[in-house]
Amino acid sequence: MNREILNNVLLFIGLILLQVIVLNNINFLGYLNPMLYILFIFFYPLKKLDSTFLLLSFLLGLSVDFFANSGGVNAAATLFVAFIRIPVVKAVLGKTELDFTAFSFRKLKFGNMVSILFILTLIHHFIVFQLEYFRFDNLLGILFKTFLTSIFTLVLLLLSFIFFSKGK
Amino acid sequence: MQQLISFFYRNKNFLFFIFLEGLAFFFTVQSHSFHSSKFVNSANAVTGGIYKKVNSFSEFLHLREENEILAQENVYLKNLLGKEMDLNKNVDSLKTDSIGRNNQKYFYYSAEVINNEFNRSNNYLTISSGAKSGIAPDMGVINNKGIVGITKSVSDNYATIMSVLNVNAKINVMISRTEHFGTLSWNTKDYTKVQLQDLPIQAKIRIGDTVVTGGKSVIFPKGIPVGVVHDFVVESNNYTLVNISLFNDMTSVGYVEVIKNFDKEEILNLEERSMNE
Repeated sequence: MNREILNNVLLFIGLILLQVIVLNNINFLGYLNPMLYILFIFFYPLKKLDSTFLLLSFLLGLSVDFFANSGGVNAAATLFVAFIRIPVVKAVLGKTELDFTAFSFRKLKFGNMVSILFILTLIHHFIVFQLEYFRFDNLLGILFKTFLTSIFTLVLLLLSFIFFSKGK
Repeated sequence: MQQLISFFYRNKNFLFFIFLEGLAFFFTVQSHSFHSSKFVNSANAVTGGIYKKVNSFSEFLHLREENEILAQENVYLKNLLGKEMDLNKNVDSLKTDSIGRNNQKYFYYSAEVINNEFNRSNNYLTISSGAKSGIAPDMGVINNKGIVGITKSVSDNYATIMSVLNVNAKINVMISRTEHFGTLSWNTKDYTKVQLQDLPIQAKIRIGDTVVTGGKSVIFPKGIPVGVVHDFVVESNNYTLVNISLFNDMTSVGYVEVIKNFDKEEILNLEERSMNE
């Protein structure tokens, strides 16, 4: 149990530093920066929604906001995907009840896993970019940027899953 | 009452979610309003310290470049000094005014940029000088090529700069040739180009016209280079779009100068007084 907490703390801090020091400066094609820090949402053990998880997701987003001077943009988006994590998993798998103790993202079928990751990533990125822009006169541009960045993030998410499952 | 309590208990996670989401939204709105000071910014000891550490590594890679820029600027300033000296040969240039300064209107602080953003809608830079070095909010920031932005949040040792690449930045500028004023803003499309708004149609601009700061606000002195007119669109006798190519490469800003205006308070007080009368 303690080991699990320690792992999550290290993951939390490591993801923030990776995001603000490395990933926010990639600027692929001039403006694409993946937001890998939402990996936390997928690595945090899936169980019944609790306030600790909500608070951690909020703080994760807010930490990134502190570095990026972006107000509460990342906090709002990360909190939102944390909240809808279980409903999305249920919807994609077509189940009404989940067995939380046996569940793991790594054991899912590849297609299902990609769908869940991609849906949550798209929602997260859209909220971030829309709140950042804060006006509605460039919806198409924001959707385009959301889509491209999501693909970038998704690739990194999948690589992280492969990397971490090899290690175990 | 019992029912109310059990309702809250059953939905405590949802209510907590709504509360945090509201908080995040509040921070977001605050970050978009120009005047309120912000809580979430990178001008604090933790974020500033981390950025400074990272920057001290990457700085080594750019030492040669920075040196060249400094050398060029030195030559330019020496030439300028030579000219001034000649012009003022017979004038007593050490004449001081009643406050005891040499008629100096502006003071420049040098500052090192430790974090630079350019691909968001609201970009900020972080510098490793703050209130202890004399920096305050709402000061103009430039480098040797042109304007960079305006200081926003300031802590003891760090400050954030609202970049010209920020949808909330509105800077008074003018067309150098015709002396018509306009407002600089950014439509987030391209970080090498900003847009000029509120330009009267009487200003017959041409592609390649130089744009400089207008000096109408107390933030920037008049005549600091901004960029050149890249292209423009005229619709129903109005400028609907004027693109300005920035002189500054906003993707690589190493050192900047922060401008203190000695007369700022006096001017603002005066303006406030005449508003109230």
